[in-house]
Parts: sequence; C-alpha cells; structure tokens
Amino acid sequence: MKFTKTLAAAAAMGFALAGSAYAGSHGEPVKAGFIYVGPVGDLGWSYEHDQGRLEVEEHFGDAVETSFVESVPEGADAERVMTQMARSGVDIIFTTSFGYMDPTLNVAENFPDVVFEHATGYKRADNVSTYSARFYEGRHVIGLIAGSMTETNQVGYIASFPIPEVVRGINAAYLAAKSVNPDVEFKVVWVYTWFDPGKEADAANALIEQGVDVIMQHTDSPAAMTIAEEKGVMAFGQASDMMAFGPTARLSSIIDNWGPYYVARVQAVMDGTWESTDTWDGIAPGMVEIGAFSDRIPADVQALAQAASDAIAAGDLHPFTGPINKQDGSAWLAAGETADDGTLAGMNFYVEGISGDLPN
Amino acid sequence: MDFSSLDPVAMMVLLIGAATPILLAAIGELVVEKAGVLNLGVEGMMIIGAVTGFIAATTTGSPMLGLLAAALGGAAVSMLFAFLTQYLLSSQVATGLALTLFGLGLAALMGTSYNGIKPPRMARLEVEGVSDIPVVGELFFSHDPVIYFSLFLVFAVWYFLNRTRSGLVLRACGENHDAAHSLGYNVQLIRFGAIMFGGACAGLGGAYVSLVRVPQWTEGMTAGVGWIALAIVVFAAWKPWRVILGAYMFGGITILQLSLQALGVSISGAYLSMTPYIVTIVVLVIMSADRKRASLNAPACLGTSFHASH
Repeated sequence: MKFTKTLAAAAAMGFALAGSAYAGSHGEPVKAGFIYVGPVGDLGWSYEHDQGRLEVEEHFGDAVETSFVESVPEGADAERVMTQMARSGVDIIFTTSFGYMDPTLNVAENFPDVVFEHATGYKRADNVSTYSARFYEGRHVIGLIAGSMTETNQVGYIASFPIPEVVRGINAAYLAAKSVNPDVEFKVVWVYTWFDPGKEADAANALIEQGVDVIMQHTDSPAAMTIAEEKGVMAFGQASDMMAFGPTARLSSIIDNWGPYYVARVQAVMDGTWESTDTWDGIAPGMVEIGAFSDRIPADVQALAQAASDAIAAGDLHPFTGPINKQDGSAWLAAGETADDGTLAGMNFYVEGISGDLPN
Repeated sequence: MDFSSLDPVAMMVLLIGAATPILLAAIGELVVEKAGVLNLGVEGMMIIGAVTGFIAATTTGSPMLGLLAAALGGAAVSMLFAFLTQYLLSSQVATGLALTLFGLGLAALMGTSYNGIKPPRMARLEVEGVSDIPVVGELFFSHDPVIYFSLFLVFAVWYFLNRTRSGLVLRACGENHDAAHSLGYNVQLIRFGAIMFGGACAGLGGAYVSLVRVPQWTEGMTAGVGWIALAIVVFAAWKPWRVILGAYMFGGITILQLSLQALGVSISGAYLSMTPYIVTIVVLVIMSADRKRASLNAPACLGTSFHASH
C-alpha cells in the first residue's frame, strides 16, 4: 500500500516537474507546492486546501506556479515527497496534515532556502511556520445546535486520531451542547483514519444503532452525512459544507477557508518578507466559516448560535471559559478564566462529563 | 455497561456490509491466482467498478444495471492488465501496481461530475412471511441480493475449481503452465479469462461500496479494501470457503470494535483497530509454520510469466 502511494507520489511529481518546465519563459514565478493527506476530491479537508491553492493561482495568475501531491501517507513517505518537491525548485511548501509535522521539520532542515508551512502542528523552525484554524470556535457554535436539536440526548462523534486538535473539538462541542442541554451525552468513536468512507459510514451506523440522533465528525469524507440522511438523523458538514450529501440531515457546517492565508503567505515570499510565524485564526478573520443554518433549526436556536458566532468573532466569548473541570474532576479553569493557547494547543484530556477513556 | 443495547441483528447487517466488498474482490482474485497470475491491481479494479457502477446506476436509475456495469468496467480494465502481462509479458507485480494507480486516477476523472448525487437504493430481498420471523428472518432473509450472490459465487468457484474439468485445467495452468501447455491447453487464453473474472468480481465489490455501503461517490473511496482482499486470499490459503471466513472475520472485528466504542466500552480504540490486522498476521504465522503445507497451497507458478516458445 505504502509502495503504491510512493509510486503515485513519484508519478505526480513527474507531472509537476513536467509542468514547471513550461514556466521558464514567463520570468521567474514563485513556485508553491501543496501536500495533501487525502484525494483532492474527498469533498472535505483536502478539497478545501486545494480550493485555497486554486485561490492562490487565481490571485497571482502567471506570477505563481502551483503543484500538489495528493493522498500522501503521514510518515516516511511524506518526507520523500517533500524532499522531491523541494529539490524541484519549489519556493514554499504547504504540508497540510498534522502527521506531516516531523517530516516537515526534517526536510526543512535540509533545504534552508525553501520555506515550509505546516498546518495544525506546533513545531516551528526558521523556515517552518505553522498555521491552523480555531475550529473549536466553530465546534462551539455547532455544539449549541447539536445540544438543542437532539431528542434522544445522544450526540455521536466520529473522531479520527486522539491528537489535541481533535480532542479540543470534542471538548468544545460537548461544553456548548451541555450548556443548552444538561442531559446531553456524547458517544465518541475513534476510527484511526482521516479518510476511509467505508469505515466512516460503519461508525455512523454503529452510533445510530446506539440511539444517537445527531452526528458530528472529525474525519474528511461526507460518508457520515450520507448515512445520516439515509437513516433520518442529523449531522454537520465538516471542512466543506456537504449540503449535497444531506439536504435534510445537514443542520449547519464548519467550513475551512484557507485561501486568504495562502495568498498572504505566497505574497510574503514574493516580497521577501516571509518569516516563521504561528498563525491560529478563527471565525473573526474568516478562516473558520459557519455554514448556513438549516430551516429545520428553530428560530430561537438559530439566533442563539448566530449570537455565539458573533460574540466569538467580536472577541467577547471564548468557548473555553471556566468554571471547567477535567474529566477526572480536577479543576482546570476557574470561573471566568479562559484557556490559554498553549494549553489548547496541547490539549490531551477530556473535560468533565464526557464518558469513556481518551486513548493516548 | 448495558450490552443488551448491542443489537446482534443490526451488527450482523453492518458486518455483512463491511465484509461483502472484500469477499467479492477476494474470491475473484483467488481464481486469478489459482490460474498462476498475481494481479495486484485489485484496488484499481474495485475503484473503477465503484465509479462505473455509480454512474450507470444514477443514469439509468437501476442498481442492478449499475452492478452489471461495474462488473463490465472491472473486467475491462483487467483486460489491460491481461494484455500487458499475457501477451507483452510485462512483470505482473509492476503491472498490477500500475493498474491500481491507473484505476484510481481514471476513476477520479470519470467521477468528477458525480459528486453529491444519490444513487438509487438497492431493494432488500424480502421473502413473504419468512423475512418477518424475528431474528432468524432478519438475520438470514432480509439482505440485498448482492450478499446472497456473493455467497453463491464462493460456492460456484469452489465447485468449478474442485469438481469440474475446466477448473482442473485452470489449476493446472497455475501449478505448472509448461505441462498444461504441452497437453494442448491455451495457457494465455485461460489466464486471460481468469483475469477478466477477477476484474468483474473486483468491480462488483467496488460497486457494493459506492451503491450500498456508502451510497455516494467520493474519490478513492475504496480506501485500501483491495489490498485487504489480496491479503485475505493468502489468509484463506487459496481455499474458497476460507475466503468467507477471512472476509467475515475482518468485517466482523471492524464492526465489533466500532460498535463497542459507540456503546462506551473503555477499551483503547487503537488496539481494537489493530485487531483485524493482528489476527490476520497470527493466522498467517500459524499457517506458514508448517512450511510444507504452506508451499503446497500456493499455486506453484504464481506470478511467473508464461511464454510458449513454439
């Protein structure tokens, strides 16, 4: 399996190289490379990153040249793909999955003249920036909706890997749901993959069997949305709007909008002003968008969710505001205290009220 | 912990859904390997089946025509492999891998305008009076026709390989293609047919994913099922009945671990996710411990090219 992915990557690189040979006559365009963990057609996570890449192309026209390699497994293969990309003369490489963190740093060390942008990680270097979106802000908003809409008081959550990003999302959604519905319970299923429509669908089915009537997901395909539509339960679009897959089931969505950031970073490379930074933007700058509310959601709940979204954007509301205890009952945040970014970035515990053990 | 809320019937339905694509692809690959050909392109043929089946089913509105198109689509791409390996004598391993890459790319291209479309649902086979019997009826008599067909196919393959003359000839090609050739059998043609059968089965398995298990089209949606099917053939020691065991066990453990998590059993999901693979490895180790038996099971000419010099 890994072997074929490598071949696929090598083949894709071949095309990328062939493509770049043509650009010489237009002067020296900035070359931006993108590495995706899933196929660009996953209609979720990788799709939205690729939309960002297309926005870069549209914005700069001939002044930029982009290439991408899709379905690159996290780990050693990623390192090979990045190395090939860096060797091919790319100026800036966006590595768009958490598991690319160490590979990105390893490759960056060997190519000091190439700058790297790693999504959702926390390790930086002189030529490695990190960027992520405050998805937990979006999770807060859809958590409010989930808590209000569930009739069985059972919310299902299809989780990928137990990393801070995912754990943060579960906690944020749970706290918000609990705030409007004290009886709500979360059932979390870990599928240990970002993209496997079959398994995501199975997980959704297993959750529905257990009485769940609202499904949230932190995986990349619209499979769970499709199952929710079929079984008559509710769900939220993840990364993309996913409206087409669940016209009735979809309540709202969290949409990733990477385009403006990618444009800004490529611009910085052109201007020679690129620096290693850590960007973590949320609803306010538009990196996280909340998809349109379904008509199924009663007006008062829509108003509540919209107010929360506005308050977060205005900086008046932080989804992690105390008093909050950890799962074991120990105090985490005192009343009125808000979580600092450091703790959020490394979040490795459930908050009080979530049942089940967090895998490590 | 309330295990009573684990509905065995519902779990069985999920299990069968997860196992059937593997079963279909694996039984096809078993015949291919029995004829002495190693086709590593199962994943590519499955995804082609998934997309052609999806396109045909949504265009015509008939899931059955979708399945037919999927089988034809899978068989069509497998002919590419057959032509390259049987007549141009290219390496089977490299060609198979290339077929997977080609299939994934072609399917993505074919499916671009089919995102977000709902395929027509496959009707479940309902037998008047029988399907309504609690538990038994639900367990055995209320699935879609593909599931019964897949089980029938295993029986048919077993019967063909072990009880018919043609099956014997096919196995002869896999065990000793020179001997089969000297007896006057057209090794290339027989292998061509086996590869096409394998392609059709893989295509069906792919369509089962895109039409039934996850009724949607997404690029790369088979997500490695083809590779599991290849492993199941080895796991089954090239015996048709054991393919059922392998596929259902793999599907069963996958579903069981997801259901247990949904139930809230606090076993680390990481271990549960590993279980199907660990069990497969353990069985392979046990099987290959007896070296003589293991080598007896694998077709002797598996993966070698045949060239008639006269």
